[in-house]
Amino acid sequence: MIVDSWERLRDVSRHTSTRVSGPGEFRATGPSEFRLPERGASAPFTPVSSAITLAAPGEERELPLSLTDLGVSYTLIMKKLINDPDDVVDEMLDGMTAAYPDRFRRLPDTQVVVRDDAPVEGKVALVTGGGSGHEPTHAGYVGDGMLDGAAAGDVFSSPTADEFEALIDACDAGDGVLAIIKNYEGDVMNFETAIELAEMEGVEVESVVVNDDVAVEDSLYTSGRRGVCGTILVHKAAGAKAAEGADLSEVKRVAEKVIDNVGTMGTALTSCVTPEKGEPTFDLGDDEIELGIGIHGEPGTERTELMNADEITDALTEAVLDDLDLDEGQEVLTIVNGMGGTPQMELFVVNRRLQELLGERDLETWDAWVGDYMTSLDMAGASITVCAVDEELKELLAAPADTPALTRTQ
Amino acid sequence: MSREGRTDGGTADEATEGAAVVAAVEAVADRIEDERDHLTELDSAIGDADHGGNMARGWAAAADAARDLDDPDPQSVCRTVGKTLMAEVGGASGPLFGGSFVFASAELDDGVTAESAVAFAETYLQKVEDRGDARVGDQTVVDALTPAVHTFKKSIETDELPPLEALAKAVDAAERGVAFTVPIRAKKGRASYLGWRSVGHQDPGATSALYILEELLATAADALDSEVPDADATSPTIPDEEPDDAAGDGEGDAPPEDGD
Repeated sequence: MIVDSWERLRDVSRHTSTRVSGPGEFRATGPSEFRLPERGASAPFTPVSSAITLAAPGEERELPLSLTDLGVSYTLIMKKLINDPDDVVDEMLDGMTAAYPDRFRRLPDTQVVVRDDAPVEGKVALVTGGGSGHEPTHAGYVGDGMLDGAAAGDVFSSPTADEFEALIDACDAGDGVLAIIKNYEGDVMNFETAIELAEMEGVEVESVVVNDDVAVEDSLYTSGRRGVCGTILVHKAAGAKAAEGADLSEVKRVAEKVIDNVGTMGTALTSCVTPEKGEPTFDLGDDEIELGIGIHGEPGTERTELMNADEITDALTEAVLDDLDLDEGQEVLTIVNGMGGTPQMELFVVNRRLQELLGERDLETWDAWVGDYMTSLDMAGASITVCAVDEELKELLAAPADTPALTRTQ
Repeated sequence: MSREGRTDGGTADEATEGAAVVAAVEAVADRIEDERDHLTELDSAIGDADHGGNMARGWAAAADAARDLDDPDPQSVCRTVGKTLMAEVGGASGPLFGGSFVFASAELDDGVTAESAVAFAETYLQKVEDRGDARVGDQTVVDALTPAVHTFKKSIETDELPPLEALAKAVDAAERGVAFTVPIRAKKGRASYLGWRSVGHQDPGATSALYILEELLATAADALDSEVPDADATSPTIPDEEPDDAAGDGEGDAPPEDGD
C-alpha cells in the first residue's frame, strides 16, 4: 500500500509494521491497496517524528511500531460530531437512553437497549439488531407495537452473540421471542448462535431473515440478498401482531408474509464516511452515482452517470417492481427512505415520481412513507421500498405504535 | 475403548485436567499472539485483514478468563473460553470458533477421556459446518478441522492408538488440510468474493485452527510428561482392515478388471 495523503494515515497507523522509505514518502505493509485520491489532498508526508525521518532517497526501513506509537501527529480531513471513534456507539446509546428515559433502558455492560418495561408479560417479544450507523434503525423502533429490544453492534459490524443472547434473555417473558435478522453473514451467525444458546436455557425462539434488497443475489457481506429498509415493515406488522397477543407462530407467519411481499433498491449519490476510517468507503466521482447499494457503504451493482430525480426513481422503481411482479390493481405500501445525507425535499421529489409510476403501472398506493428509516451514516441517496399489502397487513401496518422513530395512532 | 487419555488415574482428576486445559488455553493465546502478524498478512490477501488482531484479542481474553476461574474443570474452562471468544472476537469468527466451543463443551460432562475428546471434536466440527454452512473444499477452517477430526476419531476408535499419538496424527492431518486450502477456490467467507482470485491463498481461519491444535498437542504432551510423537496422518495404522461402513463401497474403488 502506498500512503499518499494525510487522510489515509489513520489507516496506516493501525498496522503494527510500517515500512518507511526516503523523505516525503511512506510505504507500509497493509491490508489493501490505496488509490490516489482524485481530489487533491495529497499533502506532503514529512514525518513529524525524527524516528521516521529518512534522509536518503530510496532508503527503506521496517518500523516495528505504528505511526501513532511513533508520535506522528496528523489531522484528519473529516468533520464529524464525534469524540473518540472507538466511543461513538457507546456515547450514542447513552445519549439515546438519556433522550428517552421513560421508554428505554440499556442493559448494563452491553450495547443492548430494551423497552423500559421489558420483559412484557403476555406477549411474544420481538428483537433485532445489527451494526450501528443505520439510525434510527435499530433502537428507534423499540416501543409499543414494534420491537421489545435491539442490540447495537459497532459501526457496520454485527453485535456479538453474547449481546444477542443478553437481548433475548432480557425480552423473553415466557411467551417466546421472534428474532428479526437482516441477511448479513455476521448478523446471521451471531444471532443464530445466540438463539441456540437461549434455547438451551429453555427460551422459545423463532427467527426470520429479511432479504428485501432486489439489487444483488450475493454481496460483500451476504450470500443471498441483503436485508435493508423493508425490515421496518417486518418490525411494524409483526410487532402489531404480537401486541394483539398472538402466539409465536402467528407472529412469525406475519413477519414472513411481509418478507415475501417486499422489495427494495437503493442508490448512493455519495459514499459514506465511517468514524473509524474517516474516509469514504468507496470512491464516487462528482458526476457519478451508484445503483443497487447496500447500507454499509459497500459498492452497488452499477455505476452510472448522474441522472435527475425522475430518472433515478424510474430505475429503482422498475427494478423493484420487476422483482415483485405484482398484479394490476394490487395495493401497496411504499417507502422512500433517505440514506442519511439527503434532505427531505429531495425525498419528496422522489416520492412524487414514484407515485406517478405506480399509477402508470395500475398499482394502488395504500400508504406512502417518506423519511429516514434505515440510513447509512452520512450517505446521500435514497432507497425505494414497495410492499404488496392485503387486508391483514394493512390492519397491522396501520395499528398503533409508539416508538421514537415511528408513531401511529388509531 | 481406551482410557489411556486421562491425564491422571485417580479422582483429583477434574482439577488436574482443568489445570492442563487452562495451560493449553494460555499456550494457544501466546501462540496466536506470536502469529498475529502472519494471520493478518494471510487475511489481508483475501479478506479484511482483521483475523490476526481479532483472534489475538479473543484468545488473550480467553486465557485471562480461564485463569480467573475458581475451580476449573475441563468443561467450565471450555465453556468460558467459548463464551469469551464469542464476545471478543466478533464477526463470523466469534460464533464459529467461540460458539462451537460452548456447544462442544457439553460433551465434557465426565471430564476428558478418549471418548469425550472424540465427541467434543465431532461436535465442534459439526457446529462450525452448520453455522458457517461450509463443507470441505470451500477454503475455510473446515478444511483443517475435518481431516483433523476424522483422523483423530479413526486413530482412537479403530486403531486404538494412545490419545497423544492420535492427537499428533490429527495435527498432521490439519497441517495437510491447511495446505489444501491454498490451491482451491473459496466458496464461503469473505474470500469467496474474490472468485478465482482466491486460488493460491492460504485460509487464515484454517491456519488459526492448526495453531490451536498444535498448542493443544504440545500441552497434552507436557501434561503427560511425554515427547510429542512423530505422526503421519496418511500412514494407515491397520492396512488390512477397512472400516465396517466402507466395506460395501469397496468395489467402486477397485481397479478396472480389464485395464486396456
